[in-house]
Amino acid sequence: MWLSFFDAHNTVTPIDFVGLDNYSEILGDPSFISSLVTFVVFSLFIVPATYGLSLALALMVARLRFAQAFFRSVFFLPTACSYVVAAMIWKLSIFNGVRFGLANTVLGWFGGSDTAWLSTTSPPWYWLVIVTVRLWLQAGFYMVILLAGLQRIPRTLYEAAAVDGARPGWQVFRYITFPQLRATSVAVVLLLVINAFQAFDEFYNLLSTARGYPPYARPPLVYLYYVALGQGQNLGLGSAGAVILALIIAVVAVVQARWFGLGRQED
Amino acid sequence: MPHSSTSANSISRRYLLAATGALALTAACGSNTGRAGGAGDRPALDQWYHQYGEAGTEQAVKRYAAAYRRAEITIEWRPGNYDQQTAAALLTKNAPDVFEGSPTLDQIQGGQVADLTDLLDGVREDFNPAVLTPKTYKGKVYGIPQAIDMQMLYYRKSLLDKAGVRPPQTLDELVDAARALTTKDVKGLFLGNDGGAGVLGATPLRAAGLELVTSDGAVGFDDPQAARTLGKLHRFHKDDSLLLGAPTDWSDPSAFLQGLTAMQWTGLWALPQIEKALGDDFGVLPFPRDGARGRPSVPVGAYGSAVSAHSGHIDAAKAYVKWLWVERTDYQEDFALSYGFHIPARISLAKKAAALAKGAAAEAVRFTTEHGYAQPLLWTARSQTAYQDALSRIITEGADPEAQIRAVVATANAELKRVRS
Repeated sequence: MWLSFFDAHNTVTPIDFVGLDNYSEILGDPSFISSLVTFVVFSLFIVPATYGLSLALALMVARLRFAQAFFRSVFFLPTACSYVVAAMIWKLSIFNGVRFGLANTVLGWFGGSDTAWLSTTSPPWYWLVIVTVRLWLQAGFYMVILLAGLQRIPRTLYEAAAVDGARPGWQVFRYITFPQLRATSVAVVLLLVINAFQAFDEFYNLLSTARGYPPYARPPLVYLYYVALGQGQNLGLGSAGAVILALIIAVVAVVQARWFGLGRQED
Repeated sequence: MPHSSTSANSISRRYLLAATGALALTAACGSNTGRAGGAGDRPALDQWYHQYGEAGTEQAVKRYAAAYRRAEITIEWRPGNYDQQTAAALLTKNAPDVFEGSPTLDQIQGGQVADLTDLLDGVREDFNPAVLTPKTYKGKVYGIPQAIDMQMLYYRKSLLDKAGVRPPQTLDELVDAARALTTKDVKGLFLGNDGGAGVLGATPLRAAGLELVTSDGAVGFDDPQAARTLGKLHRFHKDDSLLLGAPTDWSDPSAFLQGLTAMQWTGLWALPQIEKALGDDFGVLPFPRDGARGRPSVPVGAYGSAVSAHSGHIDAAKAYVKWLWVERTDYQEDFALSYGFHIPARISLAKKAAALAKGAAAEAVRFTTEHGYAQPLLWTARSQTAYQDALSRIITEGADPEAQIRAVVATANAELKRVRS
């Protein structure tokens, strides 16, 4: 933070105080702004998608009468896989652009032609790759949290609802399960948002090349990495960007916590 | 700069954290590097190399180091994003004493690398000027070029014959050839998985008769020809004749050897592998010219051996660099030609090397001498990012080349002003 007020090219002990110049420069940088837009779009998509998928998995697993532990473990396992390794598998074997990639092989059975998943910008197929790798990695973890939440809902509520004539299925879910999961859901969504804001690993490993990173799907951490820690070594500018990013995350987290009433006494 | 081996480019947030943490720690603990320091009467020196892909290189550099008597050399072989690792390390007192790399203008102006001019006394003329110039700032030399890498276009003769295409001599012919060579299973051309923005860099501009930075330090591509030439690169994409998403990137000849593409842009380092696999069923070309002032063009580069200005043993480090990269020409020749395939940075060595005397290798040497250019020192990372982003948008998205170039010219002007002030 201290660095962000200095002209810190290639040094961590700068002497040239520049005030807010770094801030005005990074906020006027169209690449930084577009990277912010990228990750807002990414969060808007990935947060509901992961939440929805985790909840669906949790509901399915919770209803199982046998082999529940098995399925719980199967869906949870990807969490143990590192983002880097998963990104490599996605990039090199599933979604590579040549005829022997898994996705292209499957496409070939249906007569489709080879698609260069990560290099095609219209339509932006690279989002499919990025989103699926994150869903695969995260959904299991949040499923377990939601499952714990589901199991804490008192059975008596369901019994009471049945007595009152609530139809099992959508009505029970809408009026009993979902409201009772509120506290868990708020925590899960908050974690998901913060995770989305911190996105770096899979983007970097999927899309970067030895010569840099393409100008699309470039989240702020990746952009700042190139500005500050890459060959640019403009640590002042990078720090300013990091401070702005931290402020945005803080504001979003606070707003979200207020909105959902995180930590408020249950009434 | 071209690297002879760009291994998988992976990094994680945790790694970044560790690196930043290490940075903070080293800043706090001073020079407690755990090195023996002056335990014996010989100073201990750390030397860094990036990870070369070719077998035997690591053993070779360790052998050279072991043969040096006046200092204890510890070789560190570093995989990953090497230039970024050295840039970060140079900010600390833990920087390697000697490292291979291309000192950037910021590093030179920041006083992070030592002046090595006097090591070249009497032999400066023998170093290839194309690679010595980018290591020189205001007449002083900050890196001793080790071995020259260059890149060129490889094509399969049999596939061109089958399609009735002759080796392209102009950019238009290259576009047409790539389209004609594309079939259901084989693409016409491979320029890397990003469509060429990374590897081509300034090469198309050079081929149009332009420069990144002129000799008097101004932007050299503020010219309508730039938009015309770069605009043509989008046609590869439109024609669907580029190989994209290959399991290996442009620096590896696998895509070419596996028959995924009829032509590939890759480095001289791939030549032995290609020769072994394809015999004489291949040819090489420079990047073809474009426009009225056009000329063929190939990028050349060399890692130099540099000395950290924060080293505790600057004089010992300089003496070692002089011994290895100036005096021991036998090691220099061995390093350039016995493992990977590079052109020795010394003109006298390149001339007498038998391996470079015939066939595609001789062509490559000729391209280097006649059409070679290196990225200028004044071209900073910021300008490069702006240019590469623009090039990527032009190539893959078909963005308006004039508007994109105008934006890059503005950024590059500001950067040139900053570094020259």
